[in-house]
Amino acid sequence: MFQSIPAAAVTVLVSFLLLKGALALLSWGVWHAVWRVPTGADGQPDVTACLDARGVGACWAVIGEKYRLILFGRYPYDEQWRPCVVVGLFLGLYVVSAIRWFWRPILISIWTAALTLIGILMWGGILGLPFVGQDAWGGLPITLILATFGIAAAFPFSVFVALGRRSQRLPGVRWLCIVYVELIRGVPLVTLLFMASVMFPLFVPAELSPDKLVRAQIAIILFTGAYLAEDVRAGLQAVPKGQYEAADALGLGYWKRTILIVLPQALRLVVPPLVNTFIGLVKNTSLVLIIGTFDLLGISRVATTELLWQAYSVEVYLFIATIYFVLCSAMARYSRGLEEARIARARS
Amino acid sequence: MIDYDPGLSSYGRALTIGVLNTLKVSLTGVVAATLLGTLIAIARLWKAWLVARLAAAYVEVVRNVPLLLQLLFWYALLQALPPPRQAWMPFPGFFLSNRGLRTPALEWTNALNWCGLASCLGACAVLLLLRFAKRRQDLTGSRPTQWRLAFGLIALPPVVVWVWLGERLIVDWPVLKGFNFTGGALLSPECAALTLGLVVYTSAYIAEIVRSGISAIAPSQWEAATALGLRWEQALRLIVLPQAVRVVVPPLTSQYLHLVKNSSLAVAIGYPEVVSIASTTMNQTGQAIEAIGYVMLVYLSISLSISLLMNWYEARITPVLR
Repeated sequence: MFQSIPAAAVTVLVSFLLLKGALALLSWGVWHAVWRVPTGADGQPDVTACLDARGVGACWAVIGEKYRLILFGRYPYDEQWRPCVVVGLFLGLYVVSAIRWFWRPILISIWTAALTLIGILMWGGILGLPFVGQDAWGGLPITLILATFGIAAAFPFSVFVALGRRSQRLPGVRWLCIVYVELIRGVPLVTLLFMASVMFPLFVPAELSPDKLVRAQIAIILFTGAYLAEDVRAGLQAVPKGQYEAADALGLGYWKRTILIVLPQALRLVVPPLVNTFIGLVKNTSLVLIIGTFDLLGISRVATTELLWQAYSVEVYLFIATIYFVLCSAMARYSRGLEEARIARARS
Repeated sequence: MIDYDPGLSSYGRALTIGVLNTLKVSLTGVVAATLLGTLIAIARLWKAWLVARLAAAYVEVVRNVPLLLQLLFWYALLQALPPPRQAWMPFPGFFLSNRGLRTPALEWTNALNWCGLASCLGACAVLLLLRFAKRRQDLTGSRPTQWRLAFGLIALPPVVVWVWLGERLIVDWPVLKGFNFTGGALLSPECAALTLGLVVYTSAYIAEIVRSGISAIAPSQWEAATALGLRWEQALRLIVLPQAVRVVVPPLTSQYLHLVKNSSLAVAIGYPEVVSIASTTMNQTGQAIEAIGYVMLVYLSISLSISLLMNWYEARITPVLR
């Protein structure tokens, strides 16, 4: 810390600024903050305490009042245990997928079973659960649904695109894959979301037109598929040529060779970039607020449009920033651990 | 930057303004993010432990929160500034309020065009000077000090032209009229929030890239620098960073492309860049396919230009190996 005079000077200056900043933050966020507001005479929350504390202290009471709206959207109040269980199922699914022991074909059955169960819980209509339409969904389940179904559908699709891009004997397929990947990677996700939400109804008759969530999901799948295809292609290129030649020597055809020999090796290499793409996907789902779908960020904007709580958007943004940060940094740490384990294994 | 009249101008002009705004934000963002990212990467590798940990925490937090959330957060902070009637005045003539930063502006007269031309000619002369100095260095090993001559070549011609034309500086001061300021130059809160959010977000990614680039340089280079008696800062500047540039250029290219594409999020905070204007055009005219096709064309062209430029630069700095 004090190896040289400039280092010492900067450390002292930075510690001073850090201390000042930390004290100001604590003063705003903890000491002068308003944690709860009483209910006024008319049954509405009485926000005078928060109004008095403006600029001086945070108003965390807005979280206490609005956390159900922010986390679960407009889901019916009595049925909100269902999206809560769904969020738990998603987190359990991620943890199970992270454990190395599960990296075998049984993982596909686990994912299919979990996603079906999630669909049943969110929609209802059978097994005695009342039906809840998609326009009532919102908040954290939508973010996780868009991200997880996105990667679940985009991954097999991207494997096909990557294989197609490397195909020697079918130049038509190769050019189609190249055009798809370069086109999608060159445009922002917002454009694709606009395209999905505005152009779908133009091409598809009104009765068949899928609802907004499905349209956003399709755009996200197309977008993720292009980026994942590049990652899978890098993994395919890393498989040594000798493996292909050995497979030919054994008399295996293209598909047998790909499924039995090339893909298992390539996909193992692809897991860290896959996790990084998934982290990016979780963050990209926040863009659906631009087309009017209510994910975690979108519904938090709705929560702050109510007149009583209009001035406290910073507190709400900090709350959901914490949720995103915990989710994404946990996955980032896992991905880094995977990379380090792979390097350690390669070195030994 | 170009004139627009809501009643008379065509949609084409509006879309052109959108493209100019996108380019303005992208260019500022790329330059600022690269500078900030490099500084943070160096801070992370610095021996001062507190600064290194702080830089690491900054990168971790910024990378794990969605960009749209960060943009909305910055915009909410800028909206919390006082209204124009109680604006802050850090310097005379500069007014900071929740309607933006108003600064005094220079009236752009014809004389300034000539001064600009003189300065450009001076810059070309400086390029020739640099080539001459490099040739001298290759031949004799010593490099003549050129910075004073270079500075003079760029700064003096405009002054000479100015004095010769006998013009005066006309400054447009912002004045409070009613509820808002008029006159002067305006940095809108939307533009500021967008640029700030993009720069902070992209600089965290660039910091990681530069840090891994610096770490990729073999430790023997550092040891050789120490053996020559160089300090850590000198070794970094003279030996390690020039080599790290080669490693860093491909991922840096993709980060620049991400920054340009992320500027499309301005539609959520109301900054009139091309996606926002195309969306309004779509709503008013109903021609969705043309509008979206135009936007995709714009982004594809910008992406392609940046890729080509960076590939050219990378080819230039890659040594031809036997």
